Amino acid sequence: MGKYAIEADHVSMRFNINKEGVDNAKEYFIRLVKHDLHYVEFWALKDVSFKLKKGDRMGVLGFNGAGKSTLLKTIAGVLKPTQGSVHTEGVIAPMLELGAGFDSNYSGRENVFLYAATMGFSRKFIQEKYDEIVEFSELGDFIDAPIKSYSSGMRSRLGFAIATSVKPEVLILDEVLSVGDAAFREKSERRLESLMSDGVTVLFVSHSTDNVERICNKAMILTQGQLVANGDCADVCALYRHMVNNK
Amino acid sequence: MNRIKAAFRPHIDNFMKYRFLLKELVDKDIKLQYRNSVLGMFWTFLQPLLTMIVLAFVFMNVFGRGNSKTGNYPVYLLCGRLLYQFYTTATKRAMTSIRRQASMIKKVYVPKYIYPLSAVLSSFVTFLISLSVLVVVIAFFNLRGKDTVDVTWRVIYTIIPILITLVLSLGVGMILATISVFFKDVENLYDVFMLLLFYLTPIVYHPSRLNFVEGSIQLRVLKMNPLYGLVGNFRAAVMWGHEFTQNWDMVLMYYTAAFAVAMLLIGFWLFYRNQDKFILHI
Repeated sequence: MGKYAIEADHVSMRFNINKEGVDNAKEYFIRLVKHDLHYVEFWALKDVSFKLKKGDRMGVLGFNGAGKSTLLKTIAGVLKPTQGSVHTEGVIAPMLELGAGFDSNYSGRENVFLYAATMGFSRKFIQEKYDEIVEFSELGDFIDAPIKSYSSGMRSRLGFAIATSVKPEVLILDEVLSVGDAAFREKSERRLESLMSDGVTVLFVSHSTDNVERICNKAMILTQGQLVANGDCADVCALYRHMVNNK
Repeated sequence: MNRIKAAFRPHIDNFMKYRFLLKELVDKDIKLQYRNSVLGMFWTFLQPLLTMIVLAFVFMNVFGRGNSKTGNYPVYLLCGRLLYQFYTTATKRAMTSIRRQASMIKKVYVPKYIYPLSAVLSSFVTFLISLSVLVVVIAFFNLRGKDTVDVTWRVIYTIIPILITLVLSLGVGMILATISVFFKDVENLYDVFMLLLFYLTPIVYHPSRLNFVEGSIQLRVLKMNPLYGLVGNFRAAVMWGHEFTQNWDMVLMYYTAAFAVAMLLIGFWLFYRNQDKFILHI
């Protein structure tokens, strides 16, 4: 076991954007014959390297289109970098969008097991956590109704309950979780805090330096796909505020 | 040997980690298929039975197809149809599996082959359940004592064509899944191809009806279709227990097995080469 939870080594991500959005064979071959296929190259990440120690909480700051989400997706393993490599240790709970692994025809109960399985947990393991998950999500009897009848708040509450109850080693958060009403938000923040005090590694994306300073001890700034600052939270946040004011 | 082991180690570890997901996905496919239908799982049984009755009626009475070569025509039909149905559902489900799971693939890391694999496996389970129709129909004829089917212990040989069809479906399914991510219209083309395959495979007719000379070019082309050999050998094991050796085609057994393994290798190769690009297209 290494001491780093996340190691990103010279990560670059290139997208070839097909201008016309050809997605069928007929059009593809017609355009191929007519030499009418155009791609636009776009580097969403350029040579990003950083290491994050276990238990550290890193805030990722940057303007719109700076590559924050792309970075999170490469770390979650959803995107494979064009160049470079990402190495992570332990179970990652990617909370990019809560309840992404749900099947809408399945009931809440069935989705608990399905969702946990996408994170690599067995039915037996989740069975032990099941009551706790249902109680935390405050779904009550709705747990046996199909997910398609849920409100978006109910879905995210269930997603949040599952993702945090399995005690992941790495949490990937996109913006502050605005799950449910004020009471539930407070409850979920308490749960995140308890995970953090247990030493979970956090990667947290935000536009707001206030939130980053509240949660993180490290921070970095991305600008147009490049890592421009990486270091202690207070210093980097000060720099970012300066950048925002000069924009 | 150790180097090969070391090279496969991460893949095996990864598979072991996601085996629960594979099981969940297979379960889900089967459960959701008949949810909200009154007869539920019973449809797996009823659907092939009803199609058999329709086809048997059309081809025995309207076209007068049943003959001494086919033996018991309803059973002959059912054998061919069940295997064909398994192959088509498995490959079609595998083909659309990546697109169907787009929302999940975009947000969580999961080894992507899990999706076509679970699609093929769930079709396989459905197929195994639907084999009970065959048992019931054969029992019906044998108890009636007329048009009996000569079932012997050789029926265990059905495992061979069934397993080959499973491997073939997975291979073809992975090829189709890869292609359909980039080209959506492949799904429509494949439907037409399936219809063609239905008539190219001796399901409703006996090959001898085509009046091709043994060894002729037409017959050879026909036998290149792997389902030809698979359906033929499946029937040999089910229907002609005492004349098994005359009906079981060894050459076609090796050919279909080689074909299936080749498809599996091509499928995995194509899939692995392109899987990182899937997310950009779905």
